[in-house]
Amino acid sequence: MAGTWVFVEQKDGNIRKVTFEMLSELKKGGDEVSAVVFGKGVEGLAPALAAAGADKVLVADDDLFAAYNTGAYVAQMVAMIKEFSPNAVLFAHSFNGRDMASRLAQKLDAGLATDAVAAEISAGKGFFTRAIYAGKALAKVEVTGSPVLATIRPGVWEVGSTAGAGEVVKVAIAATAADVYQVAKSFIPTVSARPDLSEAAVVVSGGRGCKGPEGIKLVEQLADLLGAAVGGSRASIDSGWLGHELQVGQTGKVVLPNLYVACGISGAIQHLAGMSSSKFIAAINTDTEAPIFNVSDFGVVADLFKVIPILCSELKK
Amino acid sequence: MKVLVCVKQTFDTEAKIELKGGVISDAGINLIINPYDEVAVEGGIQLKEKGVATEVVVISAGSDKAMDAIRTALAMGADRGILVKQDTAADEYARAVALAAAIKAENPDLVLAGHVAADDGSSQVPTRIAEILGLPHVNVMTSVEIAGGKATCTCEADGGTAVIEVALPAVISSQVSWNEPRYPSMKGIMAAKKKPVATVDAVAVENKVKIVEFALPAAKTAGIKIEDEADVCAAKLADWMKNTVKVEVK
Repeated sequence: MAGTWVFVEQKDGNIRKVTFEMLSELKKGGDEVSAVVFGKGVEGLAPALAAAGADKVLVADDDLFAAYNTGAYVAQMVAMIKEFSPNAVLFAHSFNGRDMASRLAQKLDAGLATDAVAAEISAGKGFFTRAIYAGKALAKVEVTGSPVLATIRPGVWEVGSTAGAGEVVKVAIAATAADVYQVAKSFIPTVSARPDLSEAAVVVSGGRGCKGPEGIKLVEQLADLLGAAVGGSRASIDSGWLGHELQVGQTGKVVLPNLYVACGISGAIQHLAGMSSSKFIAAINTDTEAPIFNVSDFGVVADLFKVIPILCSELKK
Repeated sequence: MKVLVCVKQTFDTEAKIELKGGVISDAGINLIINPYDEVAVEGGIQLKEKGVATEVVVISAGSDKAMDAIRTALAMGADRGILVKQDTAADEYARAVALAAAIKAENPDLVLAGHVAADDGSSQVPTRIAEILGLPHVNVMTSVEIAGGKATCTCEADGGTAVIEVALPAVISSQVSWNEPRYPSMKGIMAAKKKPVATVDAVAVENKVKIVEFALPAAKTAGIKIEDEADVCAAKLADWMKNTVKVEVK
């Protein structure tokens, strides 16, 4: 079969955008692109995957795959790789994607490039650009192997008009209950109407200058007006104003939105590492010397408590 | 219960990265325990303090310099250390093979590590170690209960929080929100000097991933900066968001 495979990130039938990004980018490259989807009752996802660029949709449909678990997913993927010999298998650099790809790579005695922001793939070889030191440097790496394995950072590629035929291929189920070693006791979805921080087109973040929950509330108001995710610098996370999962920076998440709005964030090097690749950056800070202004496309030296409410009403006009 | 904690020595997260002769320069850089691994060390020590663990062994693969990272972990309260001597250019595969061989010889009940390293950002090594040792693993754990030969882990997951149970022995990688690592006390630092550290050579394997080149990202330059009354600033910023960024207002 050869071609390049994209492992589909989905939960309860909702496909993550990064999957479409990968399908679309690979389809532009001209190679045969297959979407590989594991789950229960997931065949109906094929048209959406085809629309993004999947020539084929390989479906492993079984109760065993109803929810992600490393053991069964890796066992199934190993069997499919042996049967079909793809040139490359790409995963999303999500929690599940990196977990599955790492265990798979070791099982295959293979290399793996995680969190790639660019890729050039040919038969038996792939060059990937990885952001290291949380984006303070870039490393171009070569991964050889059959297949070439990598995880791709969400948001680096755009979804274009790249439809594929989407021919559904139902594959044999090779994994068994004996492959499962993690028992899922419960899953509590994040209750938030806001988009996921790592996939959001707009991120509004609050830092020390928010001074407390009142300031964060303003950040959230602006975020909701822009349909944005909320993030924070280490100061606002350590102060307990925001949950740890919302930290942007070297010990938190690296984000890549179209617009990043830094409110009351001075711009320590660890924070800049997590957000300075954003397409547009705006900053609101009372300190004219704050390093955040060095990376900002639009900086406002003013008090966020005064600016944000007026900004919100101006935006609504 | 014996706990092994994997630590990697990394650059201080405040370090500015510079290239010298095409490679990343470590000149004048302060080296620390990877902040994610530091949390795993603290977690291991707390398990011992709670009476769950009987011994906490810290292991690191790296150059002689990594001895400092081991000594820091010992000063925090780990019992002994193992330095697996390996070229710091080892990739995730080679590192996992070297660590797994040394871990296997220790036969631990639990292997802890941070879920990612602050330098290469790979998030591969703990999972690879589990695969080599044929053990279950759980990643990005934020809290754990250990009882009856099982570890019940609360984990940061895609779109929520998952609770996952695995049988021990297992490899568990932790998230920084698990705990707040302690600073080593003076007493701890003195005691660490007398704690045993074994040195072993890494199993020699070839890297699977080859670094072609390093580069620095294009420096972002400052754009417009305005200092004015709040209403003027807000109006101009709103205008820029609407007309330049073209945001959609809900």
